[in-house]
Amino acid sequence: MPTSLKVNGQVHTVDAEPDTPLLWVLRDVLGLVGTKYGCGVAQCGACTVHIDGVAMRSCVTSLARVGAKAVTTIEGIGANPVGAKVQEAWKAIDVPQCGYCQAGQIMSATALLAAAPKPTDDEIDAAMNGNLCRCATYIRIRKAIKAASGQTPSDKMGA
Amino acid sequence: MDAILENPSRRLFLKTGAAAGGGLLLSFSLPGLVRAEGEVAANPFNAFVRIERNGVVTIAAKRPEIGQGIKTSMPMLIAEELDVDWKTVRIEQSPIDAKVFGEQSAGGSTSTPDDWEPMRQVGAVGRALLIQAAAQRWNVPAVGLTTEPGFVVDKAGKRRASYGELAQAAAGLPARDPKTLTLKDPKTYRIIGKAQPQSDTPAIVTGQPLYGIDVRVPGMLYATFLKAPVFAAKVAKIDLAPAKAVKGVRHVFVVDGGSELEGLLGGVVVVADTWWQARKGRNALEVTWADHPTSAQSSAGFIAKAAELHGQPPHRNLKTVGDVDAALKGAAKVVKADYSYPFNAHATLEPQNCTASFKDGKVEIWAPAQNPEDGRELVAKTLGIKPEDITIHFTRSGGGFGRRLMNDFMVEAAWISKTVGAPVKLLWTREDDMQHDFYRPAGYHRLTAGLDAQGGLTAWRNHFVTFGEGTKFARAANISGTQFPYGAVENYAQDVSVMPLGVPTGWLRAPGNNAYGFVYQGFIDEVAYAAGADPVEFRRKLLGAPRLIGEPGKGDSFHTGRMRAVLDKAAEASGWGRKTEKGVGLGVACHYSHRGYVAVVVEVVVNDGALKVRKAWAAVDVGKQIVNPNGAEQQVQGSVLDGIGSALGQQITIENGAVAQSNFGDFPMLRLADAPHVEVRFVISDNPPTGLGEPALPPSPAALVNAIFAATGKRIRSLPIGDQLA
Repeated sequence: MPTSLKVNGQVHTVDAEPDTPLLWVLRDVLGLVGTKYGCGVAQCGACTVHIDGVAMRSCVTSLARVGAKAVTTIEGIGANPVGAKVQEAWKAIDVPQCGYCQAGQIMSATALLAAAPKPTDDEIDAAMNGNLCRCATYIRIRKAIKAASGQTPSDKMGA
Repeated sequence: MDAILENPSRRLFLKTGAAAGGGLLLSFSLPGLVRAEGEVAANPFNAFVRIERNGVVTIAAKRPEIGQGIKTSMPMLIAEELDVDWKTVRIEQSPIDAKVFGEQSAGGSTSTPDDWEPMRQVGAVGRALLIQAAAQRWNVPAVGLTTEPGFVVDKAGKRRASYGELAQAAAGLPARDPKTLTLKDPKTYRIIGKAQPQSDTPAIVTGQPLYGIDVRVPGMLYATFLKAPVFAAKVAKIDLAPAKAVKGVRHVFVVDGGSELEGLLGGVVVVADTWWQARKGRNALEVTWADHPTSAQSSAGFIAKAAELHGQPPHRNLKTVGDVDAALKGAAKVVKADYSYPFNAHATLEPQNCTASFKDGKVEIWAPAQNPEDGRELVAKTLGIKPEDITIHFTRSGGGFGRRLMNDFMVEAAWISKTVGAPVKLLWTREDDMQHDFYRPAGYHRLTAGLDAQGGLTAWRNHFVTFGEGTKFARAANISGTQFPYGAVENYAQDVSVMPLGVPTGWLRAPGNNAYGFVYQGFIDEVAYAAGADPVEFRRKLLGAPRLIGEPGKGDSFHTGRMRAVLDKAAEASGWGRKTEKGVGLGVACHYSHRGYVAVVVEVVVNDGALKVRKAWAAVDVGKQIVNPNGAEQQVQGSVLDGIGSALGQQITIENGAVAQSNFGDFPMLRLADAPHVEVRFVISDNPPTGLGEPALPPSPAALVNAIFAATGKRIRSLPIGDQLA
């Protein structure tokens, strides 16, 4: 069923059933494969996108629920000044190991910084705890969020 | 104009030739690592280094990138000796061709030790040819010339030519014997030893397609494969119609499958226009699975059987030194404890997947693989085609940890593509991945130690109950007869008993060691306390005088002095011995694996049964040169946290022959809020550089449980820690 979907500022007409999770519309219909599948049940955060600026798990968000709202993915987050700053910090700190979870990490971190420009350690813990990193790049994720928000790393990070 | 240089003593072949667009191509192969050695000289051509006329240098990374940083660190070795500006280097993943590239697997932390010399030689040969080309052009002796990054210059400083200008002429020169070339003095390194960012980071942070799951081939369909929960059980009864009725579904079929756990297993495949449609089709199926001989096995059953076997004489002895029984009889104190750990999953965040295109008896495969040559054999055997009719391409892997050393996903994708006659991307669900892994085998150890009146260790026995049949161990369920404290105690025995297993097992990051580090270093800690000794001091005494235990050059030979140095460094970094507040404890462990020496100290705080890991310190000796300090820190921090995370909560349990866990809800992995900082110190020793993907993991679970003991007096002898502190 053709549905209109706004992704990264562009309106697409997509042919997918309304119950299809946004993740699979992005990946298999639109070919935007930067958003990753990890668990399918909102337990790992690899599929995190922004829907009207709010970080959401696209693996459990149906096309019908997205409706006319604006979707932003990792491919488009650099157009957002906060997103661009986060990506720059991720590069400067060289956060990724395997890198598979990092799109989701960056989307969650960008949503955090949009809401709390100078997040505390506890705020970082709360905002990022839903994003699994199997390589455990957590130390650098914390450091990069602090760097992107212009803060120096705290004692908690030991650095 | 091409020339092949054969250097049998080093088993290294170098060849030069013109690049397609003009310029220099350098290739080499390592026939010692290739199965069909005779074929090598006949067909060695492929590029390692490409220098184009415009000066762009492209370096091939021959091993798969699984997050260990090898796609950056090995090209660094070539670039250093070639003498180019690292910032201008492009890195490409090489094709898979054992005849050209030799070993192309990623496992055992072997890439750095195996490639350290040949990769630098590739660069050095390139540099020598460029110098020679300049010498010919200027009609001067080569000895008067040298290089600056990207340029050949004369030592008088009068003339210079860029590599791009010289590449074409250099390509026409015969290759040089690397033995005749002097490699750089490490003091002059501009690239090696400097922190370099991982080459794919810019693509990762912008979401570019890199991984197996991202592969798209024209006309590609999407597949899901429902396998029996009980390993290798077959479909007994099924109605395919409900799946076929789902929109977008193109094919639904039963795979009969074989009985070998690493091959094609029985199940039902659904192929559709998108993966979600395939998944919906699969959800509509109701399958009745046939009975299977292993459907009664369970973790509880294995635990009971292990207890029974511990009560009996061991099946066999792997190693005896002295007389353990006599020493225990004469001991002032005897310490006994049982240690165990569960099956564990790899849980790579990118679930297993593979894209295959079968056409006219040949198949092309795109795979996140750690060990593609074994996959080629498996596909050839299963599909009945020739190995040379299979082309495999590496993709980046969303984590490996040893899971992708097995190639079940590869044979499945090839089989499905052949069956439906179209290119197919097979993607496993998380549940498939969790329930069809090659698990780190569970293990059950009964340990006995004897102490003399001065608190010295006089006897050590481990009766290890593991999986296997007769003298054959299940995959990754083996143990060395000479595990430390072998060589440091006068009376030592390593005994084993085995029980049969119908669960697929495999190599998980630091195989064996990820469990034995916990068992041995946990028990040594108990023994230290029993001896009334400080845990660091007891280990120092046990290591004794600096010496090599085992045969020189052997992978499992162990130098006590190197371990002592990292132990001292970790103790110093952590402020070992300092006074701590109530509920806080420090634990130490040191373990040798994959040629690396690592000591870890963990600090925990336990309040009312609530455990918080505050910080960890790791001291590491992997030889005289850290190739990429950036990647090295990542690997050590990641390994230590991996060890901590697995000890805290990870376990796979078998019930009714199947895995009970299914997703991250019941298989809890370490998350950000629980991840402590890990401070990393490298101890530089005069030894060849070795790998870092694994050796920092094994000591960390033991350091954690030892810290818990220091904080609470509660000894954790069975993993995971779970709610044992509640």
